[in-house]
Order: sequence, then structure tokens, then C-alpha cells
Amino acid sequence: MKEKLLKKLQQVTEQNLIDIEAHKEKGNQVVGFYCLYAPTELAVAADAIPLPLCGTRQAPIEAAEETLPRNLCPLIKSSYGFAATDTCPFFRFSDLIVADTTCDGKKKMFELMNDIKPVHVLQLPQKQDAFIEPWKAEVEQLISVLEKTTGKTITREKISSAISLLNKEREAKKRLMDVAKAKPSPLSGMEMIEILFKTGFFADKQKGIDLLNEITEECHTLIQKEESPFTKDTPRILLTGVPTGLGSDKVIKILEESNSNVVAFESCSGYKQAFKVDEVKDPVTALSEQYLSIPCSVMSPNQGRIDLLTEMIKEFSIDGVVDLTWQACHTYNIESVHIQKLVEDKFNLPFLHLETDYSESDTEQLRVRVEAFLEMV
Amino acid sequence: MISAGIDIGSRSIEIAVIENGTLSETRKTDTGFDPIGQAKKMINGLKFDSILATGYGRNLFEIEHEADTVTEIKAHAKGAVHSFPNATTVLDIGGQDSKVIKLNDKGKVIRFEMNDRCAAGTGKFLEIMAKTLGFSIDTFGAKAISAEKDLAISSMCTVFAESEVTSLVAKGENPVEIARGLHMAVVKRVISMLNRVSPKGPIVFTGGVANNPFVAKHLAQITQRNVLIPDHPEMNGALGAALLASENNTKKEKK
Repeated sequence: MKEKLLKKLQQVTEQNLIDIEAHKEKGNQVVGFYCLYAPTELAVAADAIPLPLCGTRQAPIEAAEETLPRNLCPLIKSSYGFAATDTCPFFRFSDLIVADTTCDGKKKMFELMNDIKPVHVLQLPQKQDAFIEPWKAEVEQLISVLEKTTGKTITREKISSAISLLNKEREAKKRLMDVAKAKPSPLSGMEMIEILFKTGFFADKQKGIDLLNEITEECHTLIQKEESPFTKDTPRILLTGVPTGLGSDKVIKILEESNSNVVAFESCSGYKQAFKVDEVKDPVTALSEQYLSIPCSVMSPNQGRIDLLTEMIKEFSIDGVVDLTWQACHTYNIESVHIQKLVEDKFNLPFLHLETDYSESDTEQLRVRVEAFLEMV
Repeated sequence: MISAGIDIGSRSIEIAVIENGTLSETRKTDTGFDPIGQAKKMINGLKFDSILATGYGRNLFEIEHEADTVTEIKAHAKGAVHSFPNATTVLDIGGQDSKVIKLNDKGKVIRFEMNDRCAAGTGKFLEIMAKTLGFSIDTFGAKAISAEKDLAISSMCTVFAESEVTSLVAKGENPVEIARGLHMAVVKRVISMLNRVSPKGPIVFTGGVANNPFVAKHLAQITQRNVLIPDHPEMNGALGAALLASENNTKKEKK
């Protein structure tokens, strides 16, 4: 049954490209997003489709290195490479790209990307509670930019209903991720990543929500039947740090090939998405507050990540934590010192920090570290 | 019951055989370009009931010989604790990687760090530098000790350090002092890894580079920590694997 659903997911993914084209033919717009900080609700409120953009594969990196330095995070190089080689269908569909000044590498790369397609860059403050007003002004400005691009008026009512729709989507994702709290989990980390990744691109949000819920229900049936690729003794690993997706999943693959189960993802491709925007407050205030509180390592200090990890280590019954840093990502690399302290001193659990890129060249070196880490569990 | 451990490293392969708890035989050879062929030749004629593989060639060996495997980390920890039962810090500098392992008081690995991205600060680094300066690798450390001062070498990358050494030679600098500078660079690099992973207590130093007198001496001098070297430090990984193989046998028998 699970296989059947994964097959369906593949079919729906292929159908999705046709859906987006049909939507565009009707004169509607597509807005591409690079980072979790930009409120996608605003695109929905302008009757546009918000789409995450490609940046998780090795293939376009060589082309990106014709322009960008080699010693740069692979996520930035891959994102730019996809745009420069015009190999990301979602980038091609996009009428406008919305990006943020998260880290130095990204903000300077977006300046170059702007020559390929218009990029609106939000100035992201890097201390959360103190800078809510300037961030709110950025969000307000994004509203007028989107109104200009789409020719639609974004009313407070439309934002509110977009919030409620996307809250449902986030809730569906959270419920899916939470099935891995079961011991053993009915899903492998690789399956979880695939489902989260593919459902992210849906043109029709409701379709995505329904499919996510269907998969979650199936997983609950499996839990009841105690069907799982793992046993109760399989080490349960939490992966924290940089985002991962299809093509940048080698560490998850190695972990699971070495007989562990990655049950939790504390990253912006995983549990950092599991938030809920207040539906009672003024919608722009609610959006600004909620999105700015995302605990990415670009924030300083970043207590939110410590809190989120503390909660997840307990709730997912974690046996060991792997902290993943993409090469040249200084913020996650340095923040690892705090994470190691939390994991080793507070939870007395094995900890492994890995720094790598998207290439396969260091697979065996990673495997030694992963196996030695699992010997510690 | 006879148990064997084979450590298939990037530069050399070692085998240790344990019979009833004591080391009965050791073998060593260069890895060359055909690790599995070399390993096969080495176990030829060797008698053992079980064998456990470690080192970077362990997974190939596993497929070929249906042997179990462990990582170098676990094998080195086991070997070090066998030679020095109170060990809590293990430093291994092999042919192409270096690692620091922290153990708890029961000898269990609780933290480790590895440098295996390049040959920086490893046996391979010293080997290439010895060649560049015209020294034999066996006496390279002793030569360095004889120098009166060291010339600072700033590059740790083998390729860059080689050009740095070449230009120092061209400037007419004393090769013995350059040798000392190179050795110092290795020691300092290793100390920062030790301080990060396991900053206190005696250091059990294993791997081929532990045979180099300069590295061991200055490591102890700078860190003010006791540096303990087993009899055959390059055999430590194979010994650890053999010990783990014999533990596995005992467990199987009990079942």
C-alpha cells in the first residue's frame, strides 16, 4: 500500500507540471521562493502559485562555477547553476523570484541572478524580537511588489484565507513527520524526504494536502499493524543543520545504509516548517512575527534552534544526533559548537558533525565517520 | 580459538593473529594499487577461525571473504585499551589520515574526529617531504631532532608545502632545519585536534607516525601530557580488530 502511494506521488508530480502550465495559460502568475523566511501566503493571496525552486542537485554546479567561486556553499551554487542553465522548470515558470538576505553568499548571488530574472530581495534582520518592525515593513513592501507583478489587489481578507490554507498544509506536513515518532517508524528517512520534497511543488495546495493526509493515514495503519522496515532496536537518528532534498541526501542514504533510521529532520526542509501562523491577529503582523521566528543559523543569537532540538530529541526518542553543514556555510558550521554542547552535555547522546558538499567524492570518508558514530550509539 | 584482524589502510595492510588471548603472529605489507589482491596474498597459509576487517578497504574485504567489519575508530580504541588499560585518549596518525578518539573509563568511544580529506599532517606528508629533502623516512625524525632551530612552514597542504620546501632549499636553508619545521607543523596540527576532542590525560599514540621520534617527543613536550606508544604502533588497528573478532567468537559460543 505504501509503495502504491509513493507511485501515486510520482504520477501526481508529473501531472503537476501540466497543472502549472494550465494555470499560467489562464493568465495567472507564478512566484518562485528560495527560502523559508519569505511568507508564501502573500503569493497565494495574489492568486499566484508559490513554488520552491531547485537547488539540491550537483548537476548544475559546474556551470555555476564559471561565475561563482568554487569555495562557496553547494546550495548557493546549485541554485544559481539551475537558473543560469535554465534547467529548473519551476524557475522557468516563475514570473518573479522572491529571495532574502539570509547569508552573505546568498545575497550577493541574488544580485547576479537578477540579471537572469527579476529577483525581489527581502532584507532579513538577524536578531528576531528586536527587529520585528523593519521586517514588517519588508513584508508590506513585498505585498506591493506582488500586486504590481500580478495586477491583483492583496486584501487583508485574502491574506487571512491564504494563512488558513497554508496552516492546513503545514499541519499536514507536521502530522506526516510525526508518524516517525512511532517506534519503529513506518517510514525511512529517505522516504520522508522524498514525500516532503515532492509535495512541496504542488500547484494546487489542496491536492497536496489531501495526498499528504492520505499518506499519513496509511502510515498510521502500518503503525497499528507494526509494519516497518526497521525494528524497535534500530538506532533513531535526528539530522539537524542545513536543508536536504533529492540530490543532496547522501548523508541520509549513508546513515540508513548503515542500519539506522533518520526519524527527524531539524532543518528548513523538515521540522522548521512545522509552525502555525496566528489566525486571530492582524494577518500581516501575524505573518511577520511567525516567519521571522524561524530558527535558522543566520540569526544571532539563535536560541530557537536549541529549543526546537530539545523538544524534538525528547519527542522522537532520539539515540544520536548528526549535524550537517554544507561546505562554506559559516553560520551552521560555527553554530555546531552550541549544538554539540546541547547534545553531549544535556542529553548525553552521541553527536557527529559532518561538513560536505553535494558531490559523491567523499562518500567513503563519510561512511567511516557515520559507522563509527553508530558504533557509539 | 584463533582470531585474526586485518587493517587495510591506504598505505599499508597489517594482520594480527590472536591465539587464546595472546598475539601469535603479525604480518605487514604495502597496499599498492590492488588492496584486495594484496590482502588475499597476506592471508594465504594463515590459520584462523574468524577474521574481522577494518581500514578503508574493509567493505571490499567483507564482500570477498564474508568477514565482519568494524571502523578504524573502534579497532584503534580496542587496541589502545589492550596495551594501556586506562587509556582515555588515542591519537592515530596513519599513512593518509589522522584521528583523535576520546574514550570513557570503560574504554568505550565517546567522541572522535578524523582528518582524511587530504594527506596534510599525515605519514604520507612526512614521506613526500623526506623525499623532497633527500632523507630516508626511517631517519627523518632523528634528523629533525638534530636541528638547532626550526624554520616555520606555513603550508599544511602536501602540494603547497612541497613548493615551500623547494623554495627554502633554493634559498640555501639548512635541510635539517627545514625538516624540523615540517615536523613541528605536523605536531601543532595534531595538538589542535587533540585539544578539541580530548584535552586531558595521557595520550596513546598509534599508527606508523608514532615510530617517528620527533613527533612523539615534541607532542609530549608541548602538551605536557604523557605520550604512551605501544610496541608496534602500526599494528594497533589490526590488533584491535583481532581482539574484537575474538570477543565476537566468545559471544557466539555463549549463545
